[in-house]
Amino acid sequence: MIDFGFALTPSATLQIDNLDNKLFEQLRNIEPDVAKCMACGSCTASCSAGNYTELNLRKVILSLQRGREQDTLNSLKSCMLCGKCNIVCPRGINTRHLILSICKVYNI
Amino acid sequence: MMRERFLSGYDSFVLPFMIGMAFILVYCIAGMIKVIMQLNKEDKIKLAKSLFYPANAFKNLRDIFADCIFHVKIWKRNKLLGYMHSSIAFGWLMLIVIGHIETWIYIPQRSGLLYYPVFFRYFMSVESYTLRGSFFFFLMDFFLLMVLSGIFLAIFKRFRSKILGMRRTTKLTLLDYIGLYSLWAIFPLRLISEGFTAGISGGSFLTIPVNWLFANFLSKPENFDYTWWAYSIVLGVFFIVLPFTRYMHIPAEILLIPMKNAGIKVRHPRKGMALAQLYSCSSCGLCIDACPMGTQKKNLKDSTVYLVRQIKRRNETRTREISDKCLMCGKCAAICPVGVAACDLRLAVREEQKCNIHGDYTYLKSVVPDLNKQNDRGEDKVLYYAGCMSSLTPVISRSVVKILDKAGVNYELMDKDGSICCGRPLLLAGKKEEAEALIAKNREIIHNSGATTLLVSCAICYKIFSEEYSLEGIKVIHYTEYFESLAKQGKITLTKGSSRYVYHDPCELGRGCGIYDAPREAISRIGELVPAEKEKKDSICCGGSIGSLTLSYTERGHITQYAVNNLIINTPDKIVTACPLCLKTFSKYSDVKVIDFAEALSQQME
Ligand code: SF4
Ligand code: SF4
Ligand code: SF4
Ligand code: SF4
Repeated sequence: MIDFGFALTPSATLQIDNLDNKLFEQLRNIEPDVAKCMACGSCTASCSAGNYTELNLRKVILSLQRGREQDTLNSLKSCMLCGKCNIVCPRGINTRHLILSICKVYNI
Repeated sequence: MMRERFLSGYDSFVLPFMIGMAFILVYCIAGMIKVIMQLNKEDKIKLAKSLFYPANAFKNLRDIFADCIFHVKIWKRNKLLGYMHSSIAFGWLMLIVIGHIETWIYIPQRSGLLYYPVFFRYFMSVESYTLRGSFFFFLMDFFLLMVLSGIFLAIFKRFRSKILGMRRTTKLTLLDYIGLYSLWAIFPLRLISEGFTAGISGGSFLTIPVNWLFANFLSKPENFDYTWWAYSIVLGVFFIVLPFTRYMHIPAEILLIPMKNAGIKVRHPRKGMALAQLYSCSSCGLCIDACPMGTQKKNLKDSTVYLVRQIKRRNETRTREISDKCLMCGKCAAICPVGVAACDLRLAVREEQKCNIHGDYTYLKSVVPDLNKQNDRGEDKVLYYAGCMSSLTPVISRSVVKILDKAGVNYELMDKDGSICCGRPLLLAGKKEEAEALIAKNREIIHNSGATTLLVSCAICYKIFSEEYSLEGIKVIHYTEYFESLAKQGKITLTKGSSRYVYHDPCELGRGCGIYDAPREAISRIGELVPAEKEKKDSICCGGSIGSLTLSYTERGHITQYAVNNLIINTPDKIVTACPLCLKTFSKYSDVKVIDFAEALSQQME
């Protein structure tokens, strides 16, 4: 990569070898649909809590897949379980239950 | 004239009956004490009030008779099924009561013995018929015939349940079968025994012919000892297996009815009120047919009767699965003849799930919606809460605003810059504490707004606002009722068009809050209202309910399709709903146009 001498965000390069996705596999076991997410962001766009906080379900799912859960996990606490993300998800993911399962597996 | 045949007034054949009777009495009394002890203090006081205030006590008695003896609710569903239940219950009760009266009249010194009235015909012999005696004989035979006819229907139903208006019945357990067969056997055996002895003890139109038959076919009438033994044994067996079978609902309901009337709620999935309900379930299976999840065969075992069974068996995994799947549409609870509060039980299971997830809503502190706090003119002010779901269906709030403007109402929008969820979804997920946080915040906003009326257009919000918010001095009203009243008062003018509408009762609004008529009246003003196949109390959930935690997208789709088919049976032009979630859900699957209630009205508004 060309180094321009500045960057907007810190490097997000993944070291696949160091990736610890045990928890994510566990999550996938009970919530297989999480693999269906195509990161479209519809959930985030419709989120009730997202109006007031950093909560971004799309980002949460991505960060879990990348084993960087610490970046986003805490934001889930502001979810009101309103279920709007569930209605809009074009992949038919039961996001509401996914959120509950994430909390269980990642123990937040 | 009657005389005792035995000086002792006892024969060892009564033993099986007595053992069974003693067992069931002890069991029921212990169970009753257990249930009452498990109630919290507040509920105990409520129950005591319900039992001892004369007006309440009268109501309890009336309900016990209507529900346990005459089975009024079942009559309303299906006459034959109603006859089956009430003939057995009422006939049996009368046999017991008249048996006691007979004993008390003819041989008062024996009236303290439990078995005596039951086996009265064995112990007595008749010397001469009197009018009074014949009257009793007639009554006893009459009620025996009544019970027998009910039993006959029950046997018939086992094999042909469709005729009695049921598609599916419950799978019975082994003990249920033992109870069932002994129940079937009790009264035919009673007939044979009393028939056998009718030559000595007397009888009437039923027992005397039986006696003649036996006299002609069987040479030795002394053999009747065996039939009395058999009669006593099946009674004993029935009583002993009773607590472990569906028939436990008979005694349990007698306790449940006063508890229900006292307004006691389920607080724990296995204790107190829940325990009384678990035992009151008769496994009748009506809830299986009622449940919309049953559109897919694999979900049949997730209906309420199986929930009851799994809770009783303490199968935690299944209990949880069943509880999490349910749409909380309340249809099974509305149909249940004994009043098992299916949703409350499931909610109690959900609430019990211990996990360390705690929502954190401190961020709401800084949310201050820009509301015109002053209501200085001192007039009525309507605060309209569209609800978070409505942001996915903006047509609703647009139409509401249009109507409010037209009617010249003094109103303000509570959540124009984004809503804070009403808390009902959290509550339904079993997160009461978290829901409280949202409730507190919304309550604060509402109170600060100076509003006198809170108008909501979402059925889900309406339910929680009217039940959990306790907004003193502020009237909570759903837009269906509000707009109907505006139309009635002439504040808006609706013109009748040529469209045919069908109205879908959202679960939370219909069964949840009992609003069925206002929306229908309003729709009748703008066009022709055609009925759905099943509606009002029997309406079918749209499938989108936030009540279910685990139902998948495809499973929900099947339910939605089923609900749409139910609505379009009379070929309407438009389906009208009064809930943003129903609107969103139906729109995906229906070929017939689905529109919101406010939208429908505003289209026909002058
Ligand atoms: S359920 Fe949670 S994540 Fe989904 S839209 Fe509602 S607040 Fe956002
Ligand atoms: S809406 Fe569904 S597919 Fe899109 S990002 Fe959210 S979870 Fe993924
Ligand atoms: S829950 Fe009610 S409707 Fe269902 S089987 Fe039991 S008694 Fe019948
Ligand atoms: S509440 Fe509705 S979805 Fe749940 S079991 Fe009863 S009928 Fe089925």
